[in-house]
Amino acid sequence: MTDFGGRVHTHKERYSLLWRFHIDWMLLSSLLVLMSVALLVVYSAGGYDTMMRQAARFGIGLAALVFVAQLPPRVLKLWAPILFVAGVIMLIIVDVVGVIGKGAQRWLDLGFIRFQPSELMKIAVPMMLAWYFAERPLPPRFSQIAIAGGLILLPVVLIAVQPDLGTSLLIAASGFFVLWLAGLSWKLVTGLVVGAAALAPALWYFYMHDYQKQRVLTLIDPESDPLGAGYHIIQSKIAIGSGGLYGKGYFQGTQSQLEFVPERHTDFIFAVIGEEFGLLGGLLLLGLFAFIILRGLYIANQAQDTFSRLLAGALTLTFFVYVFVNIGMVSGILPVVGVPLPLVSYGGTASVTLLAGFGVLMSVHTHRRLLTS
Amino acid sequence: MNRRMRMKDPVAETSLFFVRATIAAVVMGLLLLVLASRLFYLQIVEHHQYRTLADRNRISVQPIAPTRGLIYDRNGVLLAENRSSFALEIIPAKVPDLPATLDQLALLISISDDDRERFETERKQHRRDQPVPIRSRLSEKEVAVFASNQHRFPGVTLTGRLIRHYPFGPQLVHAIGYVGRINDKEWDKLDQNNYAATQHIGKLGLEKHYESVLHGAAGFQEVETDVHDRVVRVLNRVAPIPGRNLHLHLDSSLQLAAISALGDQRGVVIAVNPNNGGVLALVSAPGYDPNPFVTGIDRQSYKALLESPDVPLYNRALLGVYPPGSTVKPHLALAGLISGATTVERKVWDPGWFKLPGDDRRYRDWVLNKGLPAHGWVDAKEAIIQSCDTYFYDLANRMGIDELSSQMRRFGFGQLTGLDVDEEVRGLLPTREWKRRVRKEAWYPGETVSVGIGQGYWSTTSLQLVNATAILANGGHRYELRLVNEIGDGESLQSVPATLAAEQPQIQHMQYLSLVREAMRDVAMAPTGTAKKAFQGIHYVAAGKTGTAQVASYGQNEKYDATKVDERFRDNALFIGFAPYDQPEIAVAVLVENVIGGGGSSAAPIARRVMDHYLDAKAKQGAAP
Repeated sequence: MTDFGGRVHTHKERYSLLWRFHIDWMLLSSLLVLMSVALLVVYSAGGYDTMMRQAARFGIGLAALVFVAQLPPRVLKLWAPILFVAGVIMLIIVDVVGVIGKGAQRWLDLGFIRFQPSELMKIAVPMMLAWYFAERPLPPRFSQIAIAGGLILLPVVLIAVQPDLGTSLLIAASGFFVLWLAGLSWKLVTGLVVGAAALAPALWYFYMHDYQKQRVLTLIDPESDPLGAGYHIIQSKIAIGSGGLYGKGYFQGTQSQLEFVPERHTDFIFAVIGEEFGLLGGLLLLGLFAFIILRGLYIANQAQDTFSRLLAGALTLTFFVYVFVNIGMVSGILPVVGVPLPLVSYGGTASVTLLAGFGVLMSVHTHRRLLTS
Repeated sequence: MNRRMRMKDPVAETSLFFVRATIAAVVMGLLLLVLASRLFYLQIVEHHQYRTLADRNRISVQPIAPTRGLIYDRNGVLLAENRSSFALEIIPAKVPDLPATLDQLALLISISDDDRERFETERKQHRRDQPVPIRSRLSEKEVAVFASNQHRFPGVTLTGRLIRHYPFGPQLVHAIGYVGRINDKEWDKLDQNNYAATQHIGKLGLEKHYESVLHGAAGFQEVETDVHDRVVRVLNRVAPIPGRNLHLHLDSSLQLAAISALGDQRGVVIAVNPNNGGVLALVSAPGYDPNPFVTGIDRQSYKALLESPDVPLYNRALLGVYPPGSTVKPHLALAGLISGATTVERKVWDPGWFKLPGDDRRYRDWVLNKGLPAHGWVDAKEAIIQSCDTYFYDLANRMGIDELSSQMRRFGFGQLTGLDVDEEVRGLLPTREWKRRVRKEAWYPGETVSVGIGQGYWSTTSLQLVNATAILANGGHRYELRLVNEIGDGESLQSVPATLAAEQPQIQHMQYLSLVREAMRDVAMAPTGTAKKAFQGIHYVAAGKTGTAQVASYGQNEKYDATKVDERFRDNALFIGFAPYDQPEIAVAVLVENVIGGGGSSAAPIARRVMDHYLDAKAKQGAAP
C-alpha cells in the first residue's frame, strides 16, 4: 500500500478509532494541550467561574469541531455559497439595525441566542473564495482576481461599517490568503501591498474613529497618555517584563492578580502568561502555536483537491495572524486592536468558530481518498 | 492558448501550492521569531526595570496615625477622649452620576446643604480618585441604613475613624481647647512625615500647647495594594507610638460647681492650689461646645456663635483684661509696707475723698456713692477690711507709679502667669516709661492715684489675680500656674513639677504678710467685712477681698447708679480669696461682668460655693478609710 507521498502511516491512520471519526490526533492533541493551558491561565486571571464557563464553551467548540469534521469537503464546498450569501444578508440586517439603533452593532438577536454574523464570515469568506477557485485553472486570471476581490470586499466593508475594523481586516486577510495560495502573481501582491500602504492614510483621515487613531498614536508613545489609552500597553508590558525568565509562578503575578493588567482574562491574557510563566512559558506557548500552524500547513499540502487545499491553507494562515496580532499588541509592537489570543483568551463565539475551523482541517485531512494501486 | 481551453493541471497546482505554503511557513517562522525576540527583550534585557515598575505599582507605604493622648482630671475623669465615628466618603471617579448619587443618599441619610457645600469645595481640591467626606459622625442607625444599601452606591464607602470628643462640651472648652482639621498654614509648619496620616491638630488651649505630647509618633506599613488601592496584604509594619495622656490638676466636679455658682452670668472663676500653682478650676462663661469644631462647624452655627452678644468664643479667663479694682488693695498695702511708703501703725484721715496737694480735683471714696459716712482714721489693716479708697489714693501717691509698678510686677501683675496654654495675655501694669512709649505723653500724678484703687490704666487678667492671691495664701511664693499635673504613657506617670516664677515678691517681715492676711480674713469673717454676708455660717476660716471695678468712667461729682446705666456699662464685680485661712488649700478669683451689686454681693458668694465644694470634697476624701 503506497501513495505518491510515500507515507507509511496511512495504514495505521486508516484503522485507528480517531481516524474513523475523522479526527487528526496530532492536531487534536495539540489543541487539547492549548485549551488546557488556556483553562489554567483563565483560572488564574479570571477565577473559577470564568474558567468553568470557558470549559463549557470549549465543550461546545469541540462538538462543533467533531461535527464539521464528519462533513466531507464536497459537502462543505456545496454549502460554501449558501453560507456566504446568508452571512452577507445577516451583515446587512445588522448594519441596518445599527443605523436605526444609532450605535455600534455587531450582534443579531435571535431571541434565544445572540449571534455575531462577522464570526461566521471568518470561515465563510475563505470557503467562498476556495469554492470560487476550486474548478478554475490556477494561477487565476486578472478577471477572476477582480471577482474574488469583490467577494472579499463586500463582507469586509459591511463589517467595517459596524464599525469593527479589527475583524474586517482579519477577514480581508483570510480572503487574501486564499488568493495568494491560489497563485496570485507577485506583481499583483506587490501592487496590493503598495495599494494598502496608499490606503492607510486615507483610512486614517476618512474612516478611523478618534479612539482608533489614539490606539495607533499610543503604540508609538504609550507614555503620552499613561492613564488613558496608553495604560493597557504600559501595564501589560510591565507584567510581561517583570515575569523574567521563569515567571513569578502560577497565581503569583502581581500585575495580574492585583488587577493592574486590564482585560487580563480576555484580550490581554498573554500578559498573564508572560508574568506568571516567564519567557520560558511564553516560548513554549509560541512553540505550541507553531506546531499547530505547521500541522495545518501540512494538512493543506496533503489535500487532494483545490477547494480543500486553499481552504485549509487560508484557515491556518488566518490562525497565525490572530496569534501574531494578539501577542504583538500585548507586547507593545502592534496597536491595541480587539483581537483575542485564539483558543486562550476567554470568549465564547471566537473559540467555537476557531474549533469549527479546525474541524474543517480535520475533514480535509481524513476524507482523502487514499490511492490504492 | 484559448482562455476557455485552459485546463486544470493538478500537478502544477500542487507544486504551486507547495511553494506558496513554504514561503508562508518561512514568513510565519520569521514573524514568530520577532515575537520571541520581543519577549526576550522585555523579559530578559529590560526585566530589571519592569520588575521595579511592577513593585512600584503594588507596594505603597501608608502612614498610620497614632492615637491621640487622652486628658483626665485629677480624679481620673475623662475630659477629652477618642470616639470611633463613621464617616461617609465618596470617590468621585467611581461614581457614575454624582448629583443623582447625592440625591439618592440624601433619601437615606440626612445631608444638609452645608454638607454638600463643603463636599463640593473639598472635591475640587482633591484628585478624582481620592475619597472626599460627605458626612461625618453618622449615627448608629444611619450606619446600619447605609450598610444595607451599600450595593446601590458604588464609589461611596463608610470609613471608621477615631474622632476627638469632649464629654464636658462647653463647660471645659476654655481650659482644654479643641482639635480641628489641619489647615494649609499649619501643614506647612508641621513635621509632615509624622502628621502624614493625622487629620486633626490642637487649635486652642491644652490641645494646642501639648500638641507634641498628645500627638505621638506616626507609624507606617508597607502594603501591597491592587489597582483600586485596596490593601491586599501588609508586608511590613512599624506600629505608631500613641500620644501621651495628660492628667490635670483640674477637678471637673469643682469646675461644674463653679459654673453652676456663676449661673447664667458672664464671668470668670479660677481656682488654684496655692501650694503649687495647679489650676483646680478654670471657668470662662459662657462657653461653647467644641465638638462641632472637630469635624468642621457649619457656617450658620459658627455665625451664631460669632454674633452672640455674650461672645462665648471669647476666653475671658485668658484674654479678658479688666481693671482689678479693690481686689488688689491687699497687694498694694503689702507693697506699701515693703517699700516703706507706709507702716503698720500709720493712719490716714478719710473725709470721703482724696485731694492731691495743689489740685482741686476730688478723688471720691466709694462710700460717697452709697451715701455712707466716711471712714475717718484708718490704718493699713482697717483700710483693707473697709476697702477704704482714700487710704490707697494716698498710699499710691506716696509710692509713686514707678515704685508701685515695680512692686506689683513681683506679684505677677502685667506678667504672664506661665499657664500651660498659649493664648494668655499680659494685661497692663502701667509705668511712666510705658506711657511715654505708647501714649507719647508724660505721666500725671493723678493717674497714679487711680492706679491706687486698681483702676485707671491698670488692667489684669483673672489668672494674674488668682496667682497674686495664691502668693498671699502660701506665705509669699509665686508659682507658675499649671493645668497639667502629670503626663502618662499608660505605664508610668511623669509629674510636671511646680515651678517658681523668676521674680518673687521680697517680703522682709512676715509681720507685713500677716497683717494683710488678717485683714483679708476679717473681710470675710468680721462683722465689718465687705464680704461677711457671703461667708455667713461657714465651718472653716476664709480670707478674701472684694472689688467692684468701673467699666465706664464718670465725672468726679457724678453718682453712679447701676440700675440706670446700660447693662454693658455696669460695673464688674470681683472677689479674690483663699481658704482655709491657716493652711490654705485653695485660692480663688471670681469676676462677674456687668452686675448691679458689687464684689461682696455678686462675686464673693460664688467664691464661697467653690471653696465649700472643694473643701467638703477633700474632707470627705480624708474621712474615707
